[in-house]
Amino acid sequence: MPKLTIDGREVEVPANTTVLQAAQQLGIEIPHFCYHQRLAIAGNCRMCLVEQEKAPKPIASCAQPVSDGMVVHTQSERAKKARHGVMEFLLINHPLDCPICDQGGECDLQDQAMAYGFDRSRYKEAKRAVKEKDFGPLVATAMTRCIHCTRCVRFLTDVAGVSELGMVNRGEDSEITTYVGMALGSELSANIIDLCPVGALTSKPYEFIARPWELRKTESVDVLDAVGSNIRIDSRGGAVLRVLPRLHEDINEEWISDKTRFALDGLKRNRLDRPYVRRNGKLHEVEWREAFAVIAERAAQVPGSRIAAIAGDLADCESMLALKELMKALGSANFDCRQDGAYADPRVRASYIFNTGIAGIEQADRCLLIGTNPKVEAPIINARLRKRWLAGGFKVGYVGPALDLTYPAQQIDMAGAAAFLKDAKAPMVIVGTSALRRKDGAAILAASRALVEPREGWNGFNVLQLAASRVGGLDLGFVPGQGGRDTAAILAGCEKGEIDILYLLDADEIDTTKLGKTFVIYQGHHGDSGARRADVILPGAAYTEKDATYVNTEGRVQLGRRAVFPPGDAREDWAIVRALSEALGKTLPYNNLRDVRAGLIAANPLFAHIDERVPAPWSAFGAAGSIDPAPFVYPVADFYRTDAISRASPTMAACAGAVAAKAIPARKSA
Amino acid sequence: MSGAVDTRPVDQPASFEFTPENLAKAKAAIAKYPAGRQQSAVLALLDLAQRQHNNWLPRAAMDYVAGLLEIAPIRVYEVATFYTMFHLRPVGKHLLQVCTTTPCWLRGSDEVVKACEKKLGIGMNETTGDGKFTLIEVECLGACVNAPVIQVNDDFYEDLDGPSTEALLDALAQGRKPPIGSVKHRQGSAPEGGQTTLKDVTFAKGAT
Repeated sequence: MPKLTIDGREVEVPANTTVLQAAQQLGIEIPHFCYHQRLAIAGNCRMCLVEQEKAPKPIASCAQPVSDGMVVHTQSERAKKARHGVMEFLLINHPLDCPICDQGGECDLQDQAMAYGFDRSRYKEAKRAVKEKDFGPLVATAMTRCIHCTRCVRFLTDVAGVSELGMVNRGEDSEITTYVGMALGSELSANIIDLCPVGALTSKPYEFIARPWELRKTESVDVLDAVGSNIRIDSRGGAVLRVLPRLHEDINEEWISDKTRFALDGLKRNRLDRPYVRRNGKLHEVEWREAFAVIAERAAQVPGSRIAAIAGDLADCESMLALKELMKALGSANFDCRQDGAYADPRVRASYIFNTGIAGIEQADRCLLIGTNPKVEAPIINARLRKRWLAGGFKVGYVGPALDLTYPAQQIDMAGAAAFLKDAKAPMVIVGTSALRRKDGAAILAASRALVEPREGWNGFNVLQLAASRVGGLDLGFVPGQGGRDTAAILAGCEKGEIDILYLLDADEIDTTKLGKTFVIYQGHHGDSGARRADVILPGAAYTEKDATYVNTEGRVQLGRRAVFPPGDAREDWAIVRALSEALGKTLPYNNLRDVRAGLIAANPLFAHIDERVPAPWSAFGAAGSIDPAPFVYPVADFYRTDAISRASPTMAACAGAVAAKAIPARKSA
Repeated sequence: MSGAVDTRPVDQPASFEFTPENLAKAKAAIAKYPAGRQQSAVLALLDLAQRQHNNWLPRAAMDYVAGLLEIAPIRVYEVATFYTMFHLRPVGKHLLQVCTTTPCWLRGSDEVVKACEKKLGIGMNETTGDGKFTLIEVECLGACVNAPVIQVNDDFYEDLDGPSTEALLDALAQGRKPPIGSVKHRQGSAPEGGQTTLKDVTFAKGAT
């Protein structure tokens, strides 16, 4: 390993390290704009110039590999002068509009100009102006501010896999553009807002809303897909203003999908902020006590076997546990957390989680997607697959209708699956919910399992869940008890009049027209399909408004944290169930969050392992059977509107509209 | 100063395709590079496309080249907009590229420019009404020994001054193509009026 000296301190680093990375290891800061540790090296901003002894000119430390015996000075007169010069050139054409720029306060250029720049400008000539660009409904542009670091170009090309941005023209006329003036077509496009070191690309929905120093920052997790991306919720007063990614190397690295980032304006719309009771076909606002009384009156006339509960995709583990305990206390075994009816074997954890782990994808050498389109079902996982593909020696195949993924993938059928994975050293399959929702779901699961028998240190069997609540629900056993009904049977029972009371916990993706005359209790935060059918509405909290536990598709237990309080009379969900249990005379033993969390661990010890991926024991699951040759139907038709929150979001609606309007022919990814 | 990029709208053709001959040439250019590195042929293909399409590159041609090379269209736009020899808007049949860099300027390129403007009735970056001539100003063409110089499409006309430029434009307008190189009939960049040295070759006699 080469040894080099930086600012008089010796350091030994692996051979392919750059000078800038070596300096970072020593804790020496070298200013930079274009360099980003997760992107290809460009070396075009020149801000990272340092002095190297025996080199004729200052070197760009981000692009310079270390060599043995190198002596580097980052604070010498020459290095400082070089940085000064670069900063002066960068500022020549950069407008002095910080007071009206959304990046102000979190701008790399602003910070570094303070630390490394001159205190005045010597430039008297006219500055250049660049024509505005339209990058769609998410990314606001002010291209005059651009310093041409090309981070956005490299991100979209390499990570997101859509080559749509580029730098055209030359010299002073250089511009970052799509050239043909179209909206960006990637589910990860808004990450370029975070990457932009200046205010050229900013968030359009958040435009001129707040300054970073006004915001309260809450570290939480996302629930709009089953990836569990780590996020930071920025709020001011009672409003969530923006969602940003938080670094988690094993899940989302530092990216999040556009839905995770921008569905938040759905949190302000269509909210349930008071309990309601339906009388004579109309919903009336009531007090909590009255709503509970109506439920208690009804429940008193009904035996447990005629009561059922369904937990939806956004439900948290605490409330599912409380609801399950309540159902058991009422003598009902009819409860299910699989509102889409996807097959899962709750006894075998390995059958419903992403066993390889998201980071584990980087160790795989072949991957078969069965009935899943990760590009829209989990863009973060898709980005990881692309990252693996870029590293080379990785083949992807898929079973299902034609897909436009961000890496080459071969369409095969179930019969050819074994041949495709044969000879692979670390094969993985990813089974999607479109396969498990079918009648032959158990057979597909068993067939997929047989493709990747685990070997020492490698489990290549993965299920890509769609719902943030699913793994948690299955871990808690929110599935039909002895003789209980599953979702399909509950709905059939409602239709036939065999179920009298149905409790919907955040469940909106069921066919509410099938509920017949059932008395429906809806607990949730949005006036979506479930609430529209409800006879009693209990207003709950959205994921930004409660301290709650979620388990992602990897089986990783994560804690979401409250950023703001629920609106109006709405309450945290487990507390609602606890209060209702008291009204029903079946008081649950949960007096505070700590009690519920202890209950979670009692129900499944895995809940004690926060942010750990505990390997699931391997055993038999699924059921042998014939597989219907009918093609799969991918579950996510509209990436931007999959749940009650994103359906209420005007930004997501605008995105869906932009995609529909775009209608450009599918093209190969570069 | 910024502003060299002309952003006026252009009538773009709906489609573009190589002629069979050009397609064969394009395939030959692609075959020069290893498999998977076909995008290296982008300059050659763009040049072919421009020559086929009246000396300018419409968007359809860039998209077509991107399709042939299996790369994203933006990668082709980046290249085509970077190089000044690719024209992204229609140009006249004769593209007059007048060099005005220092050596040509010292030798009277101002006269050459004036002659063009007067004769054609257009200014810099403009095209005559009949679509025959486009006048642009370029930096050093590398023919300083025979300055001033105009490049007309692929050909150099050298040692120009006002009258000879007008004569050149007349000839081009009439559809003639004057001999390329020095309009003063110098051989290469040999001195005007014939050789001044090496006239006496007697020293070589003994050697043979």
